Amino acid sequence: MSNPSKNDRYQRQISLKELGEIGQQKLKDAKVLVIGAGGLGCPALLYLAGAGVGRIGIVDFDLVSLNNLHRQVLFTVHDIGLSKALRAGDVLEQINPDIEIIVFNEKISNTNALDIIKGFDIILDGTDNFASKYLINDACVILKKTLVYGAISRFEGQIAVFNHPSEIKTAVNYRDLFPQAPADGEVLNCEEAGVIGVLPGIIGTMMANETIKLITGIGNALINRLLTYNSLNNHFFEMELLAMPETGKMIPEDAGAFKEFNYDWFCSVHSAFELSQEEFEEKIHDKNIQFVDVREAGEAAQPEDFKHINIPLSSLKDQIPDIKAETIILFCQSGKRSAGAAEILSKHFGKSRKIYSLKDGIAGWQKSKL
Amino acid sequence: MQVHLTLFGQLADITGRTEMILHDIPDTETLIKTLNEMFPSLANAKYAMALNKKVIKENTILTGDNNIALLPPFSGG
Repeated sequence: MSNPSKNDRYQRQISLKELGEIGQQKLKDAKVLVIGAGGLGCPALLYLAGAGVGRIGIVDFDLVSLNNLHRQVLFTVHDIGLSKALRAGDVLEQINPDIEIIVFNEKISNTNALDIIKGFDIILDGTDNFASKYLINDACVILKKTLVYGAISRFEGQIAVFNHPSEIKTAVNYRDLFPQAPADGEVLNCEEAGVIGVLPGIIGTMMANETIKLITGIGNALINRLLTYNSLNNHFFEMELLAMPETGKMIPEDAGAFKEFNYDWFCSVHSAFELSQEEFEEKIHDKNIQFVDVREAGEAAQPEDFKHINIPLSSLKDQIPDIKAETIILFCQSGKRSAGAAEILSKHFGKSRKIYSLKDGIAGWQKSKL
Repeated sequence: MQVHLTLFGQLADITGRTEMILHDIPDTETLIKTLNEMFPSLANAKYAMALNKKVIKENTILTGDNNIALLPPFSGG
């Protein structure tokens, strides 16, 4: 492609007088990174590629699974078990061969984030966990990159533009809004809480829209503002955010400090009680161990492979007397709530019992057996 | 002072409602204390507070129209 104006592909958007050929050239020159090719990332990627963003990066380490397909619209049943980042790259290539697509088939971490992010101007956060959200925010602050943030919970979604350089206002970042990461189990993820496919479709598409507005300079992007959308009643709630003086002290001040910062620990992903899937497999038929499912009643099918009792996390404190064994293995869907349950039991029993929580939950264990 | 409260995400799950009117609330510190007494699980929840669609971090005296929103962080993607 030599001259975008000669390209029929973008004719319908170039004919918007607000965008025009100048806007199309800005899109062609833009470099946008999408972290997470999931519910939010898939629609965002589709529209950014369609609009002709000249360089698009995709970061994801995960593989496509059947229960992704209701919302992760880049993938089909033929992609199950394949890399999301690589498959997303292939599909975008077919939609728009005129743009450059760079695939990072790896998990974003504090060792690779700065090197990946520095090659782009605008970063979209489509990840599904707090450790990644804080990590991406901090990397964007350190490298002075604009962050288009999106997140969902059940029927609601949040969108904001963080850390956007402006002469008038101090840039606000994610930590100005939420300085502290929530505790384990305080906020359920999609796997635990459920999600309708349309919601990340809407929020991810809005993230792409904010990105296109930022690049072309049209309209008012959600700079230093947070928008919440409720898909059940169609309410939008927008609020103005403020930079907080104390936030600066929480963010690692340079690349060295960033690489030292333990984001998993900060977001308490890891638990001292963690039991690996292999260790779990070894103990599964040990009759001296009590296995406890802490998921809520009726939430998911019961595993039939081993004996267990059900004590939902919400009533754990009242049912502690039901737990009699010396060794206890707790499990839930993804390993977060069982880690919280292990904390509760450990406070109650002290060192008198051996308490474990199945890492990555029953979902992770069942996946490992496939 | 009267407060019109809007609750988002899991905060609505904890309280069982998305909107609430509270009376005799002189400042935001009293509001938080009152809510924590009504809904003990709220005491451990993390959220941002907005007064008339502007985020606030410190105790704020409430006068006139008080539309307060409590917004928790979301982690889904």
